[in-house]
Amino acid sequence: MNVMKRGRKPKLAVWKFASCDGCQLSLLDCEDELLTIADAVEIAYFVEASRSISRGPYDLSLVEGSITTPHDAERIRRVRRVSRFLVTIGACATAGGIQALRNFRDVSEFTARVYAHPEYIDTLATSTAIADHVAVDFELRGCPINKHQLVELIGAYLCGRKPDIPGHSVCTECKRAGAVCVTVARGTPCLGPVTHAGCGALCPRYDRGCYGCYGPMDSPNVPSLQTWWQDRLAVSESDLIRAYRSFNAGAVAFQAGVARKGRADGGGADTDPRDAALDSSTRRDRIS
Amino acid sequence: MQVFDLSALDRLVQVLGERGYLVIGPVLRDGAIVYDEITSSRDLPIGWTDLQEGGSYRLHKRADQARFGYVVGPHSWKRYLFPPEVRLWQLRRSRDGYLGSRQSSGQTGDNGQLDAISPATQGDLSPPRQAFIGVRSCELHAIHIQDRVFGAGNGARGAARGTPNWHDPVYARRRHDAFLVSVQCTQAGGTCFCTSMGTGPKAESGFDLALTEVIDGKEHYFAVEAGSDRGREVLEEVPHRAATDTEAEAAARAVARSVDQMDSGVRGRTMETAGIKELLYRNQEHPRWDEVAQRCLACANCTMVCPTCFCSNVEDKSDITGEHAERWRRWDSCFHRDFSYLHGGSVRPSTRARYRQWMTHKLASWIDQFGTSGCVGCGRCITWCPVGIDITEEVAAIRASDAQHREGEKSG
Ligand code: SF4
Ligand code: SF4
Ligand code: SF4
Repeated sequence: MNVMKRGRKPKLAVWKFASCDGCQLSLLDCEDELLTIADAVEIAYFVEASRSISRGPYDLSLVEGSITTPHDAERIRRVRRVSRFLVTIGACATAGGIQALRNFRDVSEFTARVYAHPEYIDTLATSTAIADHVAVDFELRGCPINKHQLVELIGAYLCGRKPDIPGHSVCTECKRAGAVCVTVARGTPCLGPVTHAGCGALCPRYDRGCYGCYGPMDSPNVPSLQTWWQDRLAVSESDLIRAYRSFNAGAVAFQAGVARKGRADGGGADTDPRDAALDSSTRRDRIS
Repeated sequence: MQVFDLSALDRLVQVLGERGYLVIGPVLRDGAIVYDEITSSRDLPIGWTDLQEGGSYRLHKRADQARFGYVVGPHSWKRYLFPPEVRLWQLRRSRDGYLGSRQSSGQTGDNGQLDAISPATQGDLSPPRQAFIGVRSCELHAIHIQDRVFGAGNGARGAARGTPNWHDPVYARRRHDAFLVSVQCTQAGGTCFCTSMGTGPKAESGFDLALTEVIDGKEHYFAVEAGSDRGREVLEEVPHRAATDTEAEAAARAVARSVDQMDSGVRGRTMETAGIKELLYRNQEHPRWDEVAQRCLACANCTMVCPTCFCSNVEDKSDITGEHAERWRRWDSCFHRDFSYLHGGSVRPSTRARYRQWMTHKLASWIDQFGTSGCVGCGRCITWCPVGIDITEEVAAIRASDAQHREGEKSG
């Protein structure tokens, strides 16, 4: 499918759910490419950028944010109905975001402490990824997303090819860049081996361990890394839990790791229990 | 054998620079000794060494001022001969047509013409001539292995010799120009096993110059051998003299030290290689593959640091306008799930299958494919594995309960 051959410009929509707006901002951040994008598509719905709105259906919907209210759980269905191609952008939309920390606590306790009148707060007990509610055609990872990947995604969509956005670990980017591994050379815990590539190994290149902004890679072995952290890098259990409970706390593979304290088990046998966490790439394949 | 002193070592770096080489050598960076551009022998990691174990690498100060008192680090010369990312070509859509490719003759897209198809950027196909300083014996062997993989040295004569008349232009060009200054290993690293693989520690051939660093009390000099005409030419421009018998003996003793360390198990490791191809072929269902898959992260660090691993992917990119496209080649790995993606899914969906593929290729099917082992015993995959998986231990474990014996136990 070559969208550009159809004669009219494809309509682009950008939707916001529970999020900080950082990922939408990446689109505005495209600077040089932004005008080219505006030339190639009709920016039909993007309230952060423009008040002018055209009616759907939309060819390409970029969805930011997670589902945290009953109202949003309904709204995302409408968005899906008016979208030909729906791409979720960022850790909130792909894994529930930092606000998924509520999933591990009783949310009514939070509302009682924070708000004078908690009875006005209508929120769900959990913050969940868009894919938990509707079918998603592609997930663009990151907190925030990488603008080069966003441009690549839009470019690939426009000429009907698969985007060049691999699902392997950050380590591969780290090694291609020639960085020295902070885990091996300094004993710094790094989530790179279980984290999806996309950032270009930003933190390891600045002597820090990876924080896991891009969520689980396509075949993460969290239990093994965990065993090494505890046995060899002397990482305490509370630090270990904190490492996985950040922007992608809601990702299944990262939760599995934290829950399964101690020894590694269930590694990479042919029927891999971790495959449950791999559905992102199944979704991803639908773009081609 | 010749000798020269510390100032001559610096002169060597200058002479190579004057001859138009980009000189690449060991430097201290980010807690490790890596390969990068140097302009003087002062850039070398003077007085430093590395302590290596599975999953661990640490720098330490030495008691002396050795220039080459370390072993091998996370980089290998592979990154300078087979760069991690290379643009193979780029093209632009013409005003009245669609993208097409000259390679697919007669089948250009629609009625289009190409405005321009440039095979690659200047940097990709006309790289600077490079001189490598500090190439270890295992690394020389690794380069010779990649020569076979990439068909370097295959020309018109290649076919006559029975090798494919094909070569990879990106690699071959860089390789043809590279000036190799070897350094003999005078101590074994914690994860080295070159003596098992027959690849070291002494570089016997394939270099332009080979140095042995000798530090003996107050004396500090280099024994030098030239291995090629251009090596002799360069040496002519560096002050040197013939080695005395004592100096030659001291150099030989220094190399013997690292052999002893590996053989006695004081430092480094060993791998039993007898019948290894058959061993791995008959143990494809060995339970050890499940066990290692529990630990393996499928992160691909081992293949990235391995000086012989050569897998890459090729991806096409187009920009937003669809007017400009590029083809890039990047290091890839058999540990990546998508690397074996065929229609409908990955051929090696489990980590078990991927680890088995890697080790079996490296140590067994490589022999069928290229006539040598794919492993030179440099130990990088052991040191730089974030969970310390050790290829020598994996081989030993499989050997210890070889399928043949397991069969024997069942029937007996
Ligand atoms: S620093 Fe982190 S991302 Fe880089 S190779 Fe080491 S573990 Fe992987
Ligand atoms: S397999 Fe490991 S030890 Fe062998 S050459 Fe590769 S990195 Fe070195
Ligand atoms: S063996 Fe080690 S370095 Fe290689 S993929 Fe497995 S965990 Fe990563």
